[in-house]
Order: sequence, then C-alpha cells, then structure tokens
Amino acid sequence: MDYQPHWGAVWDARGALLDGTLITLELTALSMVFGTVLGVLLALARRSDRPMYRRGASGWIEVARNTPCLFQIYMAYFGLGVIGLHLDSYEAVLGALVFNNAGYMAEIVRGGLNSIPPTQRRAALSLGMRPWQAYLYVILPQVVRVVYYPSTNQLMWALLNTSLGMTVGLQELSGATAFQQSLTFRAFEFFAAAAVLYYLLAKLLMTLSKLAGRSLLRE
Amino acid sequence: MEGSSVFTSLSVQDFWFMVEGAARTIELTLWSSVIGTMLGIVIGVARASMPWPVVLTLAGYVDVLRSVPLLIQFILFNAGLAVMGHQQTPFVVGVLVLSLYMSAYVSEVVRGGVMAVPVLTRRAARSLGMSWLQDMRYIVLPIGLRAVFPAWIGLVIGLVKDTSLIAVIGYIELLRAGQIIITRTQEPMLVLCGAGVFYFAICYPVSRVAARIEKGMAA
Repeated sequence: MDYQPHWGAVWDARGALLDGTLITLELTALSMVFGTVLGVLLALARRSDRPMYRRGASGWIEVARNTPCLFQIYMAYFGLGVIGLHLDSYEAVLGALVFNNAGYMAEIVRGGLNSIPPTQRRAALSLGMRPWQAYLYVILPQVVRVVYYPSTNQLMWALLNTSLGMTVGLQELSGATAFQQSLTFRAFEFFAAAAVLYYLLAKLLMTLSKLAGRSLLRE
Repeated sequence: MEGSSVFTSLSVQDFWFMVEGAARTIELTLWSSVIGTMLGIVIGVARASMPWPVVLTLAGYVDVLRSVPLLIQFILFNAGLAVMGHQQTPFVVGVLVLSLYMSAYVSEVVRGGVMAVPVLTRRAARSLGMSWLQDMRYIVLPIGLRAVFPAWIGLVIGLVKDTSLIAVIGYIELLRAGQIIITRTQEPMLVLCGAGVFYFAICYPVSRVAARIEKGMAA
C-alpha cells in the first residue's frame, strides 16, 4: 500500500467540522422534539372517533414509515416548490425529519397507549376525573415508562438521518465533511473522521438518554 | 405556459429510465438481503454461543455499523477501497456495504431468536444425545425462526429504503434516476411521486403482512 494518509488536512478543517457537528445536533434535537409532539397528536388522532382524523393520521404514518427518508427530504426540497413553498436546505431537512420522526413516534406512542388497559381510563373517569385529567395523571405516566426506551432508539435514527442533509447541500456534519474534502480530495481521511465523530455523538446521546431515563423513570 | 406544460417535458424514455432504476433498486435489495442475512446468521449464532472474546469483538462490529450513518459508510468504504488500490464498481461497493450493514441488524435479531429458546430446552436436547448441530437444527431453528421472522421482514423493508443512499457513490437506482430526470425536466412533483409510490407499493403490503403474521404468532 503506497498511499500516504494526510490527517493534517482534516485537522486544519476542524472548525468547519465542529460547526457542522453543532448543526447536526441542533437538527437532531429539533426534529425529535417536534416529531414527538406531532407523533403524540398523530397517535391520538388515530384512535379518534372521527374517521377523517383517523385516515389522515394513518396516511401520514404509513407514508413516513414506508418511503425512504431521502425521498421525504427530496420531496420537501424539490417537490414543495411546485406548490409555491420554497424551503432552503435547512428548513427542508428539518421539515422532512420532523415528518419522518413523527410517523415513527406515533407508532411507538400507539404501542404505549395500547399497553394501558382501557379499564384504567374508565376507573379514572368514575372517580370523577375529566378526560384530560385521566390522560394526564393516570395514563400518561404509565405510557412514558413503556415509550421511553423505544424513543431513545428513534433518537439514534434521527441523528443518523440528519446525514442525509448532505444530499441537498446542507452543511451539517456530513455536508461540511463533503465540502471540506472537495477542497483537498482527501475523501478517506475526512470521512473516516466524520465516522468517528458520528460514533462519538451516538454514544454521547445514548449515554445521556440512559442517565436521563434512570432519573426520570425511577420514582 | 406553466399550466399547459405539465406533461410535455416528460418523455417515454424518462419512464423507462425510472423503470430501469426501480429494477436496480430491487436487484440491490435482493443481493444484499441474501448476503447480509447469511452473514448475519453466522454472526448472530456466534454471538449467542461463542466465548467472550469473540462475542465482544462481534458486538463491537455491530455497534460501529449501527452508530455510523449508512451514507458515511458508503463513501468511506468507497474511498477506502480506492486508497488501497482495489477500486470497485458502485454496484459492488453498494452491495458490499448494504450486506455488512444488514448483517449487523440481522445478527441482533438472530441472537435474540437463539436467546429466546429456553436454556433448559436446549440442555434437554443435548442430554437426549443430540449434537450441537442437531440441537441448532431441530430445537433452536424451529422455535427461534418463529420469534425472528417479523423482525427480519422489517429489516428487508428497511433495506429497500436504504438502497436510495447508494446514489452518493454514483449508482443510479430509482431515486437518483428520478433526480436526474428532475434536473432536466423541472417536474419534481410528478417524478418524485412516481418514485414514492413505487417504494410505498413494495414496503407497505409487506409490512402489513408481517404485522399480521406477528399478530397471529402472538395470539
């Protein structure tokens, strides 16, 4: 092997890679927060009495889960322009990731809601609680327990999926790496560094969510 | 002008170009699901029955493949092969990376399947005079297969969607074919929807069948 790796090029670009890492973390966090909120709403809509809500929610969930995330990003970035909605690459990636995470979170939440026997709600109502009180004080605390660890798994997917931003020119970690390597053509060194950074980010998020879970679910 | 030219810039050739891309997507899925599954079974069984140094090494392999975005894996592998002087066609690199990626997830599922068989059942088999191989073939396989089948189907669906990322190393599968056509015709909505419908038409029915099988098994 007569290839001389040149890691100095990567070190020189550390500022840009760090900026990219921050955008990656920001996208992960935002897409997960909005995705979870929408996912909960979708899960509730799916068990609503109105067929229109049910159908709409099912449609969203099935499209989000059965098409590639990259397709969803292309749809937001290239497709929505046709109906006059012009998103820049950051907005398009964030929007698509929220759409995607919401679909998966809705299924996770649905599983959590299904794991609570319906008698619990009826018992709460017969104690004189209003429906929202039954949800908030009786059902929700139990659902959080069931849902927490699958959600951290989805958090990992959210992190990995942000890398797709590269394909629409976003300068998150992958995009920044792709741009920096195009200046020096040291593709191997740059993407090896990116792989290590992603691995560390994944471990960091996993550890944090385990710690958070331990203190959140203890009681 | 705008309203009247909806179909004019798209030609019949574009349609066949997309069909060709779809065929390549299926081809990629088939190759990498077969190779990835076989490799994953070997790794999964090894992780469930080998001494700890092997288990630890394989767990590290799985951990890395699951913590680094697939997009980065494609580019890094491609660049790594080039650096070592073994440049391959995008198709070969694509199948290679997807197979390794698939094997990591399959091994998790297989390990779970093997673990799902109670230890006492397996000891009983061995004490009846069965060899390790017979125990695997007649005890673990029939019980474990039932436990892992729905999860495996889920992995294959994931693979169909993941093939869309091979575009980053220059392979023209369905989504990339669509993007090329969009660049020329400026018809993003129509072309993307075509591609989306294709992915959905493959993934949705399979996931429904898998869900039904899972329900049947649980009952």
